Amino acid sequence: MTENTQYMSAVIPDAISESEKRAARDHRHDAWFRRTMMGAALLVLLLLASIAGSTLWGGALAFKTFGFEFLTSTEWDAVNGHFGALVPIYGTLVTSFLALLIAVPVSFGIAIFLTEVAPPWLRMPIASAVELLAGIPSIIYGMWGLFVFGPFMAAYLAPWINDNLGALPLIGPIFQGPPLGIGMLTAGIVLAIMIIPFITSVMTEVFRTVPVALKESAYALGGTTWEVVWDIVLPYTRTAVVGGIFLGLGRALGETMAVTFVLGNAHNFSASLMMPSSSIASVIANEFSEAYTDLHRSSLIALGFLLFVVTFIVLAIARLMLSRLSRKEGV
Amino acid sequence: MSKVDNENLYRMRALKNKLAMVLSCGATLFGLLWLVWILITTIVNGFQALNLRLFTDMTPPPGSEGGLANAFYGSILMSGIGLLIGTPIGLMAGIWLAEFARHTKLGNAVRFINDILLSAPSIVLGLFVYTAVILPVSAMTNHQVGFSAFAGALALALLVIPVVVRTTDEMLQLQPATMREAALALGVPQWKLTLQIVLRAARAGVVTGILLALARITGETAPLLFTAFGNQFWSGNLLKPIASIPVVIFQYAMSPFDDWHSLAWAGALIMTLFVLVLSLSSRLLLLRNRAS
Repeated sequence: MTENTQYMSAVIPDAISESEKRAARDHRHDAWFRRTMMGAALLVLLLLASIAGSTLWGGALAFKTFGFEFLTSTEWDAVNGHFGALVPIYGTLVTSFLALLIAVPVSFGIAIFLTEVAPPWLRMPIASAVELLAGIPSIIYGMWGLFVFGPFMAAYLAPWINDNLGALPLIGPIFQGPPLGIGMLTAGIVLAIMIIPFITSVMTEVFRTVPVALKESAYALGGTTWEVVWDIVLPYTRTAVVGGIFLGLGRALGETMAVTFVLGNAHNFSASLMMPSSSIASVIANEFSEAYTDLHRSSLIALGFLLFVVTFIVLAIARLMLSRLSRKEGV
Repeated sequence: MSKVDNENLYRMRALKNKLAMVLSCGATLFGLLWLVWILITTIVNGFQALNLRLFTDMTPPPGSEGGLANAFYGSILMSGIGLLIGTPIGLMAGIWLAEFARHTKLGNAVRFINDILLSAPSIVLGLFVYTAVILPVSAMTNHQVGFSAFAGALALALLVIPVVVRTTDEMLQLQPATMREAALALGVPQWKLTLQIVLRAARAGVVTGILLALARITGETAPLLFTAFGNQFWSGNLLKPIASIPVVIFQYAMSPFDDWHSLAWAGALIMTLFVLVLSLSSRLLLLRNRAS
C-alpha cells in the first residue's frame, strides 16, 4: 500500500495529497462533530441523574435525622425542628386522585366528541381551544382559583356539598367542613382543569389511530356510536389511554403554583376534603426561601427528592404504555 | 326472543347511545366553560389595572403606586439567557438523536429520559439548581453571591432543553432521505450536510420548538422562587437576585393589599396574552409544516 501511494504521489503529487488531506480533514471534523452532538445528548441523561443525585444529597440530613419516620409522621414543626412529611404526601395524593376522578371522564367525553360526534369543521377550533387551556401558565390558574373560584366554592358549592353529601352515611365526614372555599376539593378541581387538555390530546390522538375499517365494520353490523367507542375504539387503544391518564397524573403530582394558591398550606391532618391541607410542591414553594435551619431546608429538599422519584415512576409508566401503541402502529 | 323484547333492546341501546352523546357534548362544554371563565377573569381584571406606569415604574411597597418595570426586565433578561444556554444544547442533542441515533438503544434511552424531563415537576429543577449551583457558589464566595439572576436563567434553560430536543429530533427526522443522499453523493462532509442542509430545510420547525420553549418558560414561577428569588428594585446584575413577572404575581396575589392585587392582575394579563399568542402561532406553524 505504501509503495503504491508513493508511486501515485510521484506522478501527480499535489492533486492526490490535496484530496487525501481533505478527506482526512473531513473525516476528523465529522468525528468531532459527532462526538460534540453525542456529548449534548448524554448531557440530558446526566441531567436526570444529577437532579436525582443532588436532591438526594441535599435531603440526606433529613433522611438521616428522621429515618423512616419522615414518611409516617404528621408533625411538621419548624420551631422545634421536627419534620414529618405524611400530611403533604397525603395532600398530594388526594388532590391528584380527585383531579383524575374529574378529568378522566371529562377528557374521555371531549375525545369522543372530537373524534366521533362533532362535525369536521368544528373539530379543529375545539381542539385548539382545549390546547389553549394547556397553554395558560399555571400561576394564572392559581390566581383564578384564589380570587374567583375559591369564593364561588365558599358561596355556592361548599354549602350545597355540606348539606347534601355531608349527610350521607360513611362517606359523609369527608364532605363536612366550614365553607372556606380553599382546600383539597378546590385544589383537586383546579388540578383537574389543568390536566384535562393533556389527557384529552393523548386520547384524541390515539383514538384516531384506530383503523377506519374496524370502526366501519362495527357500524355496518348496526352498532351505535357509543357501542363502537366502548367496544371497539377503547379496547384497541386501552394501553395508550392508560398511558395518557398516567401522563396527566404525573402533571398533577408535580403541579406547584396552582395548588399553592388554593390549598391553604395547613400542616394539620384532616380527613375532610373541604379542609385546607398542603402538598409536597406547595410546601416547598411556600417555605423554602424562608427556611433558615439546615434541617428545615434539607427536609424540603428531601420532599423534592420524593416528588421527583414518584413522578419519574409515573411518567416512565406513561411513556412505556404510550410507546407500545406507536410500536403497534409501526408494524 | 319476542318482538316486544327486541324492541325494548333497541330502545335501550338507542337511549344509552343518546345519553352518551349528550354527556360527551356536555363534557366538551364543561371543558370550554373553564377556558372562557379563566380568560374572561384575567382579561377583565387585567384591563382595569393596565396603564403606562406598569412599564416605567418599579414594583412599589404596599400602599403606594408603582409598576412592574423591573420585573419585566428581569423576566426578559432571564428568559433570554435561558434560551441562549438551553437552545444550543437542545439543538445538538436533537441533531444527534435524529442524525446519528435514530434506532439505537442509547438514542431511545435518551429520548425516553428527555420525554420524562419534559413533564417533570419544574419546582424540582429549582431545587436542583439551588443545591448544585447556589449552595457551592455561595460557599466559594463567602456568601457574597447567593440567589442570582444567572441561577434563575439556568433553571429556565433546564426547562428549554427537553422541548428543543424533542422538536429538533422530530423535525429533522421528517426531512427526506433523498436530500441527505444527494448531498453525500456530492462529497459533502456529514457536519456540513447536517448544519447547512438538513437543519436549514427543517428551520421553520426547529424555530417553532424554540418559540414553544419560550412560551413555556415565560409563565414558569416555581423554579424561580429560590433561584432568582426576587428584587424590589431595578437590577441588571447577573450575580444578584432579580425580580420576574411570575414571582411578583405570586407574591402580590398572596398579599392582603388591593393595589398589589391589581398589579398582579395586570402582570397576569400581559403574561397570559404573550404566552397564548406565542404558543398558538407556533402550533399553527407546526401544523402547516407537518401538512406540507
